[in-house]
Amino acid sequence: MRPFSYLRPTAVSDAVSALMAEPGAQVLAGGTNLVDLMKYDVTHPTAVIDINDLPLRMIETGENGEMRLGALTTNAEVAHDPAVTDMLPLLSSAILAGASPQLRNAATTGGNLLQRTRCYYFYDPATPCNKREPGTGCSAIGGVNRIHAILGASETCIATHPSDMCVALAALDTTVEVAGPEGSREIPFLAFHRLPGAHPERDNTLQPGEIVVAVRVAGGRFARHHSYLKLRDRLSYAFALVSAAAALDIEEGRILDVRVALGGVAHKPWRDPLAEAEVAGQPATRQTFEALADRLLAGAKGQGGNDFKIPMARKAIVRALAQAAAGTSQIQAEKRVR
Amino acid sequence: MAQTTPDTGRLIGFPLARIDGPKKVTGTAPYAAEHHPQGCLHGFVTTATIGRGRITRLDLADAAAVPGVVKIYTHENRPRTAWWDRSWKDEVALPGHPFRPLENDRILFDGQPVALVIAETFEAARDAAALIRVSYAAEEPTTDLSAARQDAYVPKQKRNGIAPPPPPRGEPQAAYDRAPHRISAEYWLEGEHHNPMELFGSTVIYEGEGRLTVHDKTQGSQNVQGYLCGIFELQPENVRVYNYFVGGAFGSGLRPGHQVFLATLAALDLRRSVKLELSRQEMFYMRWRPATVQSVKMAADAEGHLVAILHDAIAATSVHEDYQETVVNWSGLAYRCDNVQLSYELAAMNVSTPGDMRAPGAATGFVALECAIDELSYAVGLDPLEMRVLNFVHVDQNEDLQLTSKALHACYREGAARFGWAQRSPKPRSMRDGQDLIGWGMATGIWEATLTQATARARLSKGGKVAVSAAASDIGTGTWTVLAQVGADAFGVLPQQVTVEIGDSSLPKTSVEGGSWTAASTGSAVQAAARAVQATLLRHARTMPGSPLAELSVEQTAIRGGRLVMEINDQAGVALDDILDAAGLSFIEEEAEVAPDAAQAKTFVSYTHSGIFVEVRIDDEVGVIRVSRVVIAVAAGRILNPKTARSQILGGVVMGIGMALHEEGMTDHRLGRIMNHNLAEYHIPAHADIADIDVIFVEEHDAMASPLGVKGLGEIGIVGVAAAVANAIYHATGTRVRHFPITIDKVLFAKEAAE
Ligand SMILES: Cc1cc2nc3c(=O)[nH]c(=O)nc-3n(C[C@H](O)[C@H](O)[C@H](O)COP(=O)(O)OP(=O)(O)OC[C@H]3O[C@@H](n4cnc5c(N)ncnc54)[C@H](O)[C@@H]3O)c2cc1C
Ligand code: SF4
Repeated sequence: MRPFSYLRPTAVSDAVSALMAEPGAQVLAGGTNLVDLMKYDVTHPTAVIDINDLPLRMIETGENGEMRLGALTTNAEVAHDPAVTDMLPLLSSAILAGASPQLRNAATTGGNLLQRTRCYYFYDPATPCNKREPGTGCSAIGGVNRIHAILGASETCIATHPSDMCVALAALDTTVEVAGPEGSREIPFLAFHRLPGAHPERDNTLQPGEIVVAVRVAGGRFARHHSYLKLRDRLSYAFALVSAAAALDIEEGRILDVRVALGGVAHKPWRDPLAEAEVAGQPATRQTFEALADRLLAGAKGQGGNDFKIPMARKAIVRALAQAAAGTSQIQAEKRVR
Repeated sequence: MAQTTPDTGRLIGFPLARIDGPKKVTGTAPYAAEHHPQGCLHGFVTTATIGRGRITRLDLADAAAVPGVVKIYTHENRPRTAWWDRSWKDEVALPGHPFRPLENDRILFDGQPVALVIAETFEAARDAAALIRVSYAAEEPTTDLSAARQDAYVPKQKRNGIAPPPPPRGEPQAAYDRAPHRISAEYWLEGEHHNPMELFGSTVIYEGEGRLTVHDKTQGSQNVQGYLCGIFELQPENVRVYNYFVGGAFGSGLRPGHQVFLATLAALDLRRSVKLELSRQEMFYMRWRPATVQSVKMAADAEGHLVAILHDAIAATSVHEDYQETVVNWSGLAYRCDNVQLSYELAAMNVSTPGDMRAPGAATGFVALECAIDELSYAVGLDPLEMRVLNFVHVDQNEDLQLTSKALHACYREGAARFGWAQRSPKPRSMRDGQDLIGWGMATGIWEATLTQATARARLSKGGKVAVSAAASDIGTGTWTVLAQVGADAFGVLPQQVTVEIGDSSLPKTSVEGGSWTAASTGSAVQAAARAVQATLLRHARTMPGSPLAELSVEQTAIRGGRLVMEINDQAGVALDDILDAAGLSFIEEEAEVAPDAAQAKTFVSYTHSGIFVEVRIDDEVGVIRVSRVVIAVAAGRILNPKTARSQILGGVVMGIGMALHEEGMTDHRLGRIMNHNLAEYHIPAHADIADIDVIFVEEHDAMASPLGVKGLGEIGIVGVAAAVANAIYHATGTRVRHFPITIDKVLFAKEAAE
């Protein structure tokens, strides 16, 4: 860990100015990711802007049922909030599938969106990594890549976004509110994270000086037919090898609307609204789910160590959809798959 | 376990809660790096980032400029230390060249220390260590066992205390070839890395010219003392090593870690106290259970009697030392078989030297042996338990020795009954509960019951105060507690009246804490010392006027209720305080030693045994594996303390489940580097992975195993567990996975990936 200066602003505008004033500055929220990265010498902010005194710790429900989650709400607060469990049970479930109770007590909504990949090489400054040091190469290609991407990867980076919460947010209708030097703006969730392309160093579409203020999610939809199914290397406290958030609107056995977002498979939570649209009107049966899974995974490519993720993702999608259709959402505290 | 405090002095077999427990849970038990001498300097290590090659240049400028940095040690400026290898050999050293940190420019393995920064604060040391730039001439490292096995060799020099495979007996190949039922399989175990909670750490307190007090994370304070004296040419009386509290070790602390060498080097050079604690990442460059590939051919006659076992193992070692453990020998003694051929070879790789890890060798060997016999039981068409019972053996056929006891039948019987094994449906994939496939598997476990040479002291003072001491260690095993029990039992007092002193190199000599021998050995030594005190008491009592004990020998006496009495008549006796008064003494102290009985060893050998029964539930579609139930029945002689004993077995089973499903160092063979070197990505079981574990201790009386009748419990809990889990997975799914750990993808997608 390198020396850094430390600021604790109380107004969003001050935080933004502080970020603009020092190009090496980084935001600290719960610290569960940033502090690790600093200790491992992966990142060396010259200034740490601690945003914990900003007024961003609120959960609000709008008239239209839209929920607004402040960037500083903790993962635990959101997951256990009665309005969230009622209106956004899929989000609550996905959060509870992640990390551990201790981490969820500290981790924040903003930090969860912005958490970095868990690629082994990214975490290890002794190895080349385009995301950490652009232009040095990608060690994961041809290396240890059990946890890497099968969709949307590029020749420069095959990392995944590790979040569970974001997979649910991607399946729901979500907007990210940000504040920056130019004022406030909104980013549709699916446009928030990016694919690596030629610039894996950029995880998302935030501009310099911008911070996440809140996320807004349309509540009440899919409250009956949804499920978050996470497959991992142990029954708790491990990142997803593959996860699937499924949400359905069903009428008389036919699908009105379907959402499937995948975690652990790409540089961002993976969704394909076109493929989903094709399924509308079809019967909510296993065949339909399998066809949708095949469609979603049509472009999937393994890297050797993670080839198993392709069939695994297919099974996860089908099962999560079946759980959603049956109204038997996966219960995270229960380790048996329902 | 309702009773928490004993009401009499009969303490052996009482489930006494750990006497060090309150200190540990309140954070007042200081571990090695939690001592804070005045003006202490802090160290941080820079490690190599290549697997093999030479250091060509060290750029220290930025690091040296960090405020607070006192000195940076590298191979270019390291103070002189002992020249001969023999001065570097610790009590449990291996054949080969002991690793010497910062010795020269050669890189033997990734993660090897290349520089040590000493600074006024930990933060400055860590900051500077990250700023050291090392240039290398890299060479291609060898870290892949599947390639290195081509050059496997039989170690030229045997490791002390590790029996090489016995010579073949019978006609193994011929018997195999003509047998009606045969299996032949290869089993892989990936490397497992020691990660106890407490990191390797040392606080070296500089006490003046050549004098040191050292708090070290070790399983043997005297081993570290000897090691430091050898390397730095110090006088043993000037070096005192403590390890009062050890936050888990499992074998990782048997040999001195390089942290104690580096911290001592700096302390002597700078004449100041130095603390060095390694990082979690560096734990992956220390001791580990070597990756091992084993091939087993096993055959049975028509009824299922074993007629041939051929078991070959190739295990990883470093390029500088030949680490050896007993992997294959178990296959020659676990079951009756007259045609046996065993081999054990090493493959040298660019890795840190492997080391002992809970049941070293057995944990590995039983993975192959117990999966193989399971596979064969299906080939024969026998229930896996019946197969084992059918091949029960009452002797050690390897050495042609009698066993001091073997209550394994009772383990099978009681374990199977508790588990409900009789309800098992024999066919794979034949038991289910909705989407869950259910599998029931079992295995046998065996570990050696060893008595080592140990010395202890016992002291009886006025008022019934007892003190017992030995340079033993409590690595979480309960040594503090069981020694208090043995002391209390011997003097008929309550444990609160007993002061235990361990974890200090100046105390009576014992071996390192390992091999599950401490309770049996040090416990017996304490009992012997107490016996010696009793003898001295009797000597004084006999000369007291009108003594009712005048004509008695020590065997005819006992200590009860604060009196030395006639064994058969409590009424006849003398108060202990009166004896001390009459002798004009305020205390009596005696030392005693126990050692293995060489004559007995010519005909007898001792083992602990277990029968393990496991239920797994596996989702038939997505492959999620849950170990829903484990019943383990253990025969380990006399159980000193059922509570600490149960903890040992529980911990072993949990570690065995990790071996089956989780633990694996993932190496990038291009770089020769372990990539998942943190506890987020190196998986061990989480709470959710552990369900019911039922521990049964079967009755076993064995006066020959050790004077206390104790056999030791630290390791038997893990042996066979991984195989039992694998066997249950096979029974559930019909897919035999032979590559450990058995991760979710291997179970479910083994077939698809192959297609
Ligand atoms: C051992 C372990 C296991 C874990 N397992 C899981 C898991 O299974 N599933 C899962 O989803 N997650 C898991 N996590 C990750 C955890 O969810 C994240 O670390 C956490 O959500 C990050 O939130 P934070 O508030 O602590 O962020 P911080 O560490 O404070 O920040 C993370 C990043 O976000 C930036 N940032 C934070 N807030 C803002 C903001 N408002 N605007 C702009 N930038 C911001 C920071 O600058 C930094 O780059 C695990 C973490 C650990 C350590
Ligand atoms: S996958 Fe991405 S993060 Fe990982 S090494 Fe390659 S570039 Fe770096």
